[in-house]
Amino acid sequence: MSVATLGIMKTEADRRFQKKRRWGFALPAVIVVYLAYIFVSFDMAGVLGRASAENARTLVADSYSYKTHVSRDNRNGAVEIAIEGERKGTYPEGMSPEWVTLGETSVIDLGAGHVVSFGQEIVSYDIPGYGTITARPGRQGAQAEFPPGDLPEWINASKNRVTITTEAGRLTITRNRTEVLRYFTGWELFFFTLDSPFHGKGFAELVGLAFSGDQVVPGQSNISAMWDGFINNAMWRHGEVYWAIFETILMAFLGTFGAAIVALPLGFMAARNFTPLKSVRFAMRRVFDFLRGVDALIWTIVLARAFGPGPLTGALAILLTDTGSFGKMFSEALENVDSKQIEGVQSTGAKPLQRYRFGVIPQITPVLLSQVLYYLESNTRSATIIGAITGGGIGLLLTQAMITQKDWEEVSYYIVLIIMMVMAMDWLSGMLRRRLIKGDDAPAKKAKTPAPKAGPLPV
Amino acid sequence: MQTLLGDGPRPVADIRSDYLGAMRRKRIYGGILLALFVALMVGGFDLADSRNAGGFWSGLHRIFDFPGEVLGEAAEKIALLPAHLVTYLPALIETINIAAAATLTGALFAILLSLLATRGLAKWPRLIPVFRRVMDIMRAVPEIVIALVLIFVLGGGPVPAMIAIAFHTAGALGKLFSEVNENADIKPVDGLASVGATWSQRMWLGVIPQVSPNYVSYALLRFEINIRASAILGFVGAGGIGYELKNAMSWGQGKYDEAAAIFILLFLSIVLVDQLSSVVRHKLTEGRAA
Repeated sequence: MSVATLGIMKTEADRRFQKKRRWGFALPAVIVVYLAYIFVSFDMAGVLGRASAENARTLVADSYSYKTHVSRDNRNGAVEIAIEGERKGTYPEGMSPEWVTLGETSVIDLGAGHVVSFGQEIVSYDIPGYGTITARPGRQGAQAEFPPGDLPEWINASKNRVTITTEAGRLTITRNRTEVLRYFTGWELFFFTLDSPFHGKGFAELVGLAFSGDQVVPGQSNISAMWDGFINNAMWRHGEVYWAIFETILMAFLGTFGAAIVALPLGFMAARNFTPLKSVRFAMRRVFDFLRGVDALIWTIVLARAFGPGPLTGALAILLTDTGSFGKMFSEALENVDSKQIEGVQSTGAKPLQRYRFGVIPQITPVLLSQVLYYLESNTRSATIIGAITGGGIGLLLTQAMITQKDWEEVSYYIVLIIMMVMAMDWLSGMLRRRLIKGDDAPAKKAKTPAPKAGPLPV
Repeated sequence: MQTLLGDGPRPVADIRSDYLGAMRRKRIYGGILLALFVALMVGGFDLADSRNAGGFWSGLHRIFDFPGEVLGEAAEKIALLPAHLVTYLPALIETINIAAAATLTGALFAILLSLLATRGLAKWPRLIPVFRRVMDIMRAVPEIVIALVLIFVLGGGPVPAMIAIAFHTAGALGKLFSEVNENADIKPVDGLASVGATWSQRMWLGVIPQVSPNYVSYALLRFEINIRASAILGFVGAGGIGYELKNAMSWGQGKYDEAAAIFILLFLSIVLVDQLSSVVRHKLTEGRAA
């Protein structure tokens, strides 16, 4: 090898190294510059400034804890205990949790030595390490008396309103109303509401009841009574929620498989080896592009105008969009079929339809079905989103619960259910795909490089 | 005596009837499956129809009413259309920026997660299952869930949408990337390890150059998807062209020319990005094979 060629090779190598090095710096630099542009154009600093820490706290606290309100109407002395202050969580007259003792003087034990008592005229709050606060709410205002010294910052007192926030709970005293909040961890009344005979029973007790012959609700077996109590829980509306989940899956199922059924014949029309007419192929492909390009959002809006909100609209929107995607993928798969098998079937005198049925369909079924199943999982997610727009399924419940801005425990319940639903569909579609592709054979060797297909992938 | 001597060659008639029996069974199973599937589809559509506010058959003739109205109004005010297109261009750019920034940040997280979740490459091999589960969960969360929660905390605008899409993207791309990583050649990594390279150096110099064409290809595919997602999230209050579309629609008649302009912008950008990314992806995958 002469020195000259070596020199050429060296410069070549140097050039390549230079190029690599330039890329190595340029690419991260471009990314950083772009992200900086995004930071400015999305006004990230402003967003962080405006972010409501209060909202975030409410959201997080509410999603894993709840509060019980004990309130006294100072005009007539009536004491009411309500979970989350909601009517459907209100204890019936005379019934109370064990930390509240109702009577002439109602005593509310907030735990950790914090005790509030509602007397006829006087409200008192024993705070360990601070002292006792008393108040005589009435016409002249809250009339609170505090232990000597400056008021700590967790007491907010004015003439007509006193708010005391401690780690055990919160006491608010106004002229007409005295209210104590006690916080608990967990989701309140998740299984049974207060009016259910099963409320407040432990797990072991419930299992025992389920198998015992004594009917708690006369004329109904305990298991079915429990099921009724759970499904018709007024606070959590489990029945409605599970129905909504089902509706979402239904939308995804109908949309995906409906699209597959529609796209199959259209795919034949767009495949080179089945449709000799170039104009038909061209037209079909543009139809697919159009269906895909318009996108589920616009289809949803258009269809909702004709059919009104509901699961059918969502299913049809998915169907239309995916007809475009499937048509494109199916026609590509059809162009790759082996013509020998078709010729073989033809040689037995099969008519065109029989040729398709026995020569083509068996070849493409595993490929097509695995693509369709892949879409089924992603369409479950799309159906959640479309449901939020068109008003069907769990997406609707989620947005409704969000809008109230206080039922965050319900929001987190829905989120958990949605994630479980999507993961279950993912598992199901993965299992079916493996079954289809491998059949009963030994586990097939993993594909070498999963080169990304040019075709569209699901949302 | 045949039983003692063992079976001779079975008569052809036996084999034939066995074969026909097997075929019949297969056909019956196939038929049952097909009937079940058809019943599910029909029953499902019937149920969905009954739960819908308006029925399918009563609404079918109205299906072109709304597009007709929109197109009619757009045609009437065709002179305004170019102006509308210009008006809504910034919103479109915002939507595309949401998608691009989310794809970019999501992909960066996905690279990290996928490297940590690939056998042979992971920094902490014991934590591989943990990272896999994390990616599964991130992938399972629909964007709208995070977007709505973040809108409550951060207020409306592009940032909640961006974070929501990036979160989902990190999970979805992470899974695909880790499949790519599994096929990467381990030799350069071993070589780098033998000269004392740290984990990040081994990944950056040994793995990333091998897998980056596939990464880019998948990320482009995700970008297409994310543009659609970002338009939808705009509709629920996260800014961009979806938000403008919602406003134009909720004004009712009289604003449909604006809605038409938005439809056109959205359609064109989706098609354009689809085509562009498909060309680039073809180049990437074919360029590697050559």
